[in-house]
Amino acid sequence: MDEALLGALLASTLRVSTPLILCALAGLLSERAGVIDIGLEGKMLLSAFAAGAAGVYFDSTVIALALALCVTVALSWLHGLACVSYHGDQVVSGVAVNIIASGMTAVLAIAWFAQGGQTPPVGAGVRLHPVFPGVAGWFTDMPAAAGALGEGLLGHNALVYLALALVPAVWWLMYRTRFGLRLRAVGENPQMVDAAGVSVTRLRYAALTLNGLLCGLAGSYLVLAQNAAFVPNMSAGRGFMALAAMIFGKWHPVGACWACLLFGFLDALAIRLQGASLPGIGEVPVQAVQALPYLLTVILLAGFFGRSVAPQALGKPYLKER
Amino acid sequence: MNQPLPRWADLLLLPAINLAVALLAAGVMVALVGQSPLDVLVVLVRGAFGTERGLSYTLYYATTFVFTGLAVAVAFHGGLFNIGGEGQAIVGGLGTGMAALWWSASLPAWAMLPLMLLAGALFGMLWAAVPAVLQAYRGSHVVITTIMFNFLASSLLVYLLVNHLKVPGKMAVESAAFGASAKLPAMHALLAGMGLQWPASPLNASVFLALFAALGVYLLLWHTRVGYALRATGASPGAAAYAGIRPRRQVVLAMGVSGALAGMVAMNELAGVSGRLILEYAGGAGFTGIAVALMGRNHPGGIVAASVLFGALFQGGAELSFDVPGFTRDMVVMLQGFIVLFSGAMAYVLAPAVQRALAAIERASAAQGVARG
Repeated sequence: MDEALLGALLASTLRVSTPLILCALAGLLSERAGVIDIGLEGKMLLSAFAAGAAGVYFDSTVIALALALCVTVALSWLHGLACVSYHGDQVVSGVAVNIIASGMTAVLAIAWFAQGGQTPPVGAGVRLHPVFPGVAGWFTDMPAAAGALGEGLLGHNALVYLALALVPAVWWLMYRTRFGLRLRAVGENPQMVDAAGVSVTRLRYAALTLNGLLCGLAGSYLVLAQNAAFVPNMSAGRGFMALAAMIFGKWHPVGACWACLLFGFLDALAIRLQGASLPGIGEVPVQAVQALPYLLTVILLAGFFGRSVAPQALGKPYLKER
Repeated sequence: MNQPLPRWADLLLLPAINLAVALLAAGVMVALVGQSPLDVLVVLVRGAFGTERGLSYTLYYATTFVFTGLAVAVAFHGGLFNIGGEGQAIVGGLGTGMAALWWSASLPAWAMLPLMLLAGALFGMLWAAVPAVLQAYRGSHVVITTIMFNFLASSLLVYLLVNHLKVPGKMAVESAAFGASAKLPAMHALLAGMGLQWPASPLNASVFLALFAALGVYLLLWHTRVGYALRATGASPGAAAYAGIRPRRQVVLAMGVSGALAGMVAMNELAGVSGRLILEYAGGAGFTGIAVALMGRNHPGGIVAASVLFGALFQGGAELSFDVPGFTRDMVVMLQGFIVLFSGAMAYVLAPAVQRALAAIERASAAQGVARG
């Protein structure tokens, strides 16, 4: 495989994986605290719209990001209100978030911008740009490294590196801090946490807040880095794919990150395989490659290779005994 | 202290209040985008019920929602949440469609239509049975697997349509048209046969199939041993197992019936309307089914009523998008989301308040009685 192709493949893998990683980490924080989050998709979509609309209206990256994060945190809290405070069904609440987001973004986009559900493209100043713009020039004397390093690894914007940096950060938070210990405990055995005098409700809301922030970043990435404008239903199942990646990564940040990179790689590969013929196999249908992440997750969940076990108290509302 | 609500309040008052809250939330959004909620409501109701044509469309949409709503409800009674109605409807459609494509040229309608129904139900059943078996025997949760199966189903449909079933040389991603024997008669044609004038609409004979399915589900769940075992497992797997019911089988049974019902969507959408296999015929009906089942409290009667409500919303929403500039049917999707939120996830948030209000009314009337006596 030549270097240019390798670089391009690496670059698009990272680009596709970034929102998945952010979203998977978001889902992870919530689910390790015992709250199922089917609503990742909806949160990503609504924050993408918020980032797009605010980006157009205020012409500022900071405000666009801030509003996107506010919107997702609000949605997370709504989820918390329904199923942490009022012990509602977490899956139903997540489904509600998804449906509301898909309807509301289209309604607001048409009412405010009248472009068939899109927002106008945000200004070039609002978009996120590569952190090292001069990277192509660094490798003129090393053409072998230019593709993989120059384009593949160093040609990205800040959110890509932030997502990668957040993986060890979330790991540290979950496994090396007191908050993380309690967060994991509340997902396994909330009674014990309660007996130790720590509020289950407050911990779960804290987890949902972090979840909202990360979902907001994922949604903003779609508009500020990937696509320039909000398009109806632009999250296109990424939230569910992140959910699959989180499970595939066995509810562990590093595992989830690898799963996201794998799914991102498959996506990058699917685009390149279109119409191509592989030796020995013949033409691979694109749909088969695209469906692979979901199929792999089902097989993993069924325990045919490895074992992915959910947190003990996942999906169970905590009723304090009186 | 915390008494349960009286039965009538739990079954009628609370759902009505929850629906009102959802409508209110949507009304606020309507006002926010600069329309008058009341005007919108009037156009919506008139569009859905005001004309014979509107009413037909309402019932046509409702037919699909009865199938998916029943599918979600049967799984609910078995203690399972089937988010995979969408995928099961898609795969059911593949069964119905392929049966029609292969045999509609040679078989007469009386053999063809039942065969299509059977193929659709069977395909939907099998597509739901895989996650069910995986949950029952391998411990993977049905919610996650059915979500994954939705994506697998739509990939499968796209692959088959693009690579195998598409008419060569044509741009549109759709199969060849079914033969005449694979078309369900339209309602206006049926009524014309009885000498009645009725405007043309997509409403077709599958609406009777939907009512029949609702009756069937009612009888199955509440008047057969199988249904009793299914509900017992849903209510308490431990107790059911102690009573000699095998919970694993019930999981597969509940999901199988659920998938078969979702698979019947194709009878309305493909055999009744499009007459060929197309993309997007499920069109989110699997998800609407969740809202319908929640609204209808998982009872077939409630589901039929809720389906008509949602059918009216979809038809009225379509009418609105013609009449009111800047209005789209997405508003209805949003309302659907609010209904899932308020009637589903937050269904009992208002219960204590209703309880207090009822108690206050009771006290007041009692005090009046004492004062008068």
